Amino acid sequence: MNSHFPALIIVVPLLSAFVIVMAGWLNKKYCFPLAAAALGSSLVSAVAMLSRVMDSGPFTYHLGGWAPPWGIEYRVDHLNALVLVVVAAVAFINLIATRAIVRADFPEKTGSFYGLYSLFATGLLGVVVTGDAFNLFVLLEITALTGYALIGIGKQHAPLASLNYIFMGTIGASFYLLGVGYLYLATGTLNMADLALHLSKISGSTVVLAAFLICLTGLYMKMALFPLHAWLPNAYACAPSAAAGIIAPLTTKVMVYVLIRITLFVFTPAFTYAHLPLNQAMIWLASLAIVMGSILALSQKSLKKILVYIIVAEVGYMVGGLWIGNRISISGSILHIVNDAAMTLCVFLAAAGLQFKLKGDSFIALRGSFRKMPYTMAALVVGGLSIIGVPPTCGFFSKWYLISGALTAGTYQFVVALLLNSLVNVVLFFRIFEIGYFEPFPGQDSHRGQKAQAINEAPLSMVAMLLLVSAGLIALGLFSSDMVTRIILPSIPAGIL
Amino acid sequence: MKTFGIIAVVLCGALLIYGTVDFPEWGDPASPASTYVSPYYIEHSIPDTSVPNIVTAILADYRGYDTMFETAVVFAAGIACIFLLRIEKRDSPRSRLYRHIPTGVTIRIEQGGRLPEGSRDLERIDSVWVPYDLIIKTGCRLVIPFIQLFALYVIAHGHHSPGGGFQGGVIFGAAIILYALAYDLRTAQTHLPIRTSVLLSSTGVLIYAGTGALCLLLGANFLNYSALAGLLGVDPVTARSHGILIVEIGVALAVMAVMVGLYYIISSAGRLDEGL
Amino acid sequence: MDPVIAFIIAKYNYWMYIILMMIGLCGMIIKKNLIKKIIGMNIFQTAIILFYISIAAKKNATIPIIAHAHGDGHAAVNAAGIINPLPHVLMLTAIVVAVATLGVALALAIKIYRQYHTLEEDEIISQIRE
Repeated sequence: MNSHFPALIIVVPLLSAFVIVMAGWLNKKYCFPLAAAALGSSLVSAVAMLSRVMDSGPFTYHLGGWAPPWGIEYRVDHLNALVLVVVAAVAFINLIATRAIVRADFPEKTGSFYGLYSLFATGLLGVVVTGDAFNLFVLLEITALTGYALIGIGKQHAPLASLNYIFMGTIGASFYLLGVGYLYLATGTLNMADLALHLSKISGSTVVLAAFLICLTGLYMKMALFPLHAWLPNAYACAPSAAAGIIAPLTTKVMVYVLIRITLFVFTPAFTYAHLPLNQAMIWLASLAIVMGSILALSQKSLKKILVYIIVAEVGYMVGGLWIGNRISISGSILHIVNDAAMTLCVFLAAAGLQFKLKGDSFIALRGSFRKMPYTMAALVVGGLSIIGVPPTCGFFSKWYLISGALTAGTYQFVVALLLNSLVNVVLFFRIFEIGYFEPFPGQDSHRGQKAQAINEAPLSMVAMLLLVSAGLIALGLFSSDMVTRIILPSIPAGIL
Repeated sequence: MKTFGIIAVVLCGALLIYGTVDFPEWGDPASPASTYVSPYYIEHSIPDTSVPNIVTAILADYRGYDTMFETAVVFAAGIACIFLLRIEKRDSPRSRLYRHIPTGVTIRIEQGGRLPEGSRDLERIDSVWVPYDLIIKTGCRLVIPFIQLFALYVIAHGHHSPGGGFQGGVIFGAAIILYALAYDLRTAQTHLPIRTSVLLSSTGVLIYAGTGALCLLLGANFLNYSALAGLLGVDPVTARSHGILIVEIGVALAVMAVMVGLYYIISSAGRLDEGL
Repeated sequence: MDPVIAFIIAKYNYWMYIILMMIGLCGMIIKKNLIKKIIGMNIFQTAIILFYISIAAKKNATIPIIAHAHGDGHAAVNAAGIINPLPHVLMLTAIVVAVATLGVALALAIKIYRQYHTLEEDEIISQIRE
């Protein structure tokens, strides 16, 4: 069993998804334990693979027993293993935290919800661990399809938001497929390691450049880099809270992982960084994304909308860090994948708890929430401080690496954008904290004196997970230099300064 | 906005066409795609898997992992449509239409009232009911068994001719949809209710993933069918051929059930009371 | 003139599929009716499928099914006489994915119609703004 972890991490949630759907028709009580067991086992497999990679280096797994390039192979190295742990952990924590919310929102459709949730987690895990370009597309489509369904069931104008997401997501995935088609036409293989070998021999051809640009465009559409971000705010804000907790932290980060995998491991760094106008344009685009995300967030009036525009800005961090091109900035980008997933999970879970108990998340509904839900708001405070970038939370350290890398490379527009974004985040979050703390809860008469408000806290499973994630944010911050030296720096390929 | 869209599309097309400058010629036998990986498949398909249809061999054996996820995509689409659209009849009752057979008078009952089933003079009709459908009904009753038989042939003969699980499953599903079109949705549901179709699709994908997991339990890598040689009592090459057949059956089951389920849900907008 | 004609004959199939792709993309961006956008999406995906299939063609080659495989003993198979089967396999997967996406898109369109009683995007947006 020890060497089969790469297969087990996918197979167990996949099989459990089908069993959950069947069990959902029989008895709803079995769905949650099955899903929790499956995602828990994925988390264990991911941690086991990470420790194996840290001990003995990257390893491969041949599916169907066929060696590449004739079969599909899974290649687990430091980058893979780290992102796998992140994805599995976020999926597991979100599942446990939103148990009461799912029971309240989807009383009859629990089986389908958990089945789709498990398939979504399977798709994400598969995207991260695969080493074959076409297999990536199929897994991307599983993730996308289940995501469309999970978002489309929400309230308000969720179906329209999900349909717009379908259009833009399909264009993105189809462009990626077209790019892989151009690469196949030029080389004849689909395996990523093999492609890297062949592409380095024909790197002057226009086919390779066209494939590069097409793949980039497709991936940018799927990760909602400004100006291709139009689908993200509506889709994530209208999604049901239980689904938003897994979709929002993970989808864009996994797409950034795919971008790093394609630019650094398939099109080798020698090719990616050889086109100077392109790199400069990408850095400007990333800076613009950060600035626009911040500006658009300032004009929003509800907590969830602010958080989704913060996600748009965070994507700019990671893309800019990648294109700056030195080891420090790429380490910052990879570290930010980990940190941003954790931070976004924390704030989205807090927002879910607030929405569950206060029946709304506009500024009016959030008044006095510090008194009513102290633990949830404490987690929101920690998450907010991390997004702002206050030490010792993890957000500070990834920003530190990104700024150092940008200063080394001389791309000052990126530094300015990062600092501006921190300032805007300060304004955004402190506005929320002020509303939650100082403004009186509506309905409390002043002549009744200091009547203590009853603490109407979110369910225990959610509060426990929130405290776990908040502690995790601080722990990630304290261990970030360890992580960088032992896991992230070995994962960056040679040939980058 | 419209002109901006057209300009973007034209620019995109021009860049894509510019990228084709270095493409190999159409049909060139010396292009990289035709000389690198695919000759291995063509030459070794019979020695490795004893399946003459090379496309089936690649689909279900060499790249069988992709096909498993493709089946999971089909399953996810079926579950997603049920998840999004399904409405219980008791939540939003619609009016029912009944027709008095001797006189041809149509009665409409609002708000979910109903008449007792099985009365001789009154039959329930759809809102798109047409008279004189005897030819359609009889014709379809004659043709449907042969369509289903052909579907089973396509599944089973996928090793030797174009065909396989997806194609056969869709044909089988089309036969059931034809039945639902000729008669009506409620009659089709007495033969294949939506709950059964969900169970069948889960079973189909479980057959596929389960075969792979069985290979894992027997010690080989995931989806390595030669591990089934001991279980089936044949040599590893024939075990691969049998493994391909088993997963194709799983795929056909899943695809058939999902096609039928999708038709039920989408044509009745989730209510499952009347279709097209 | 001859080299230009030879160039066009060698590449015109790819151009046809790219033009088809752009027609589909145009439909998705420009049209305001949701069903027309869904149809545009389907055209776009189908054009990419055709593009892949055209990679598989080979001059003077036959279909990838080895005739008389189990009867007359293992005659040597000539790889240059059989078309490339790999893109066909990949596109079987892509077609199924396209159909699944179409199903979910139609289900969402029904849900939208139930909510807003129209399928024109501008009318829906004006209804949301109220």
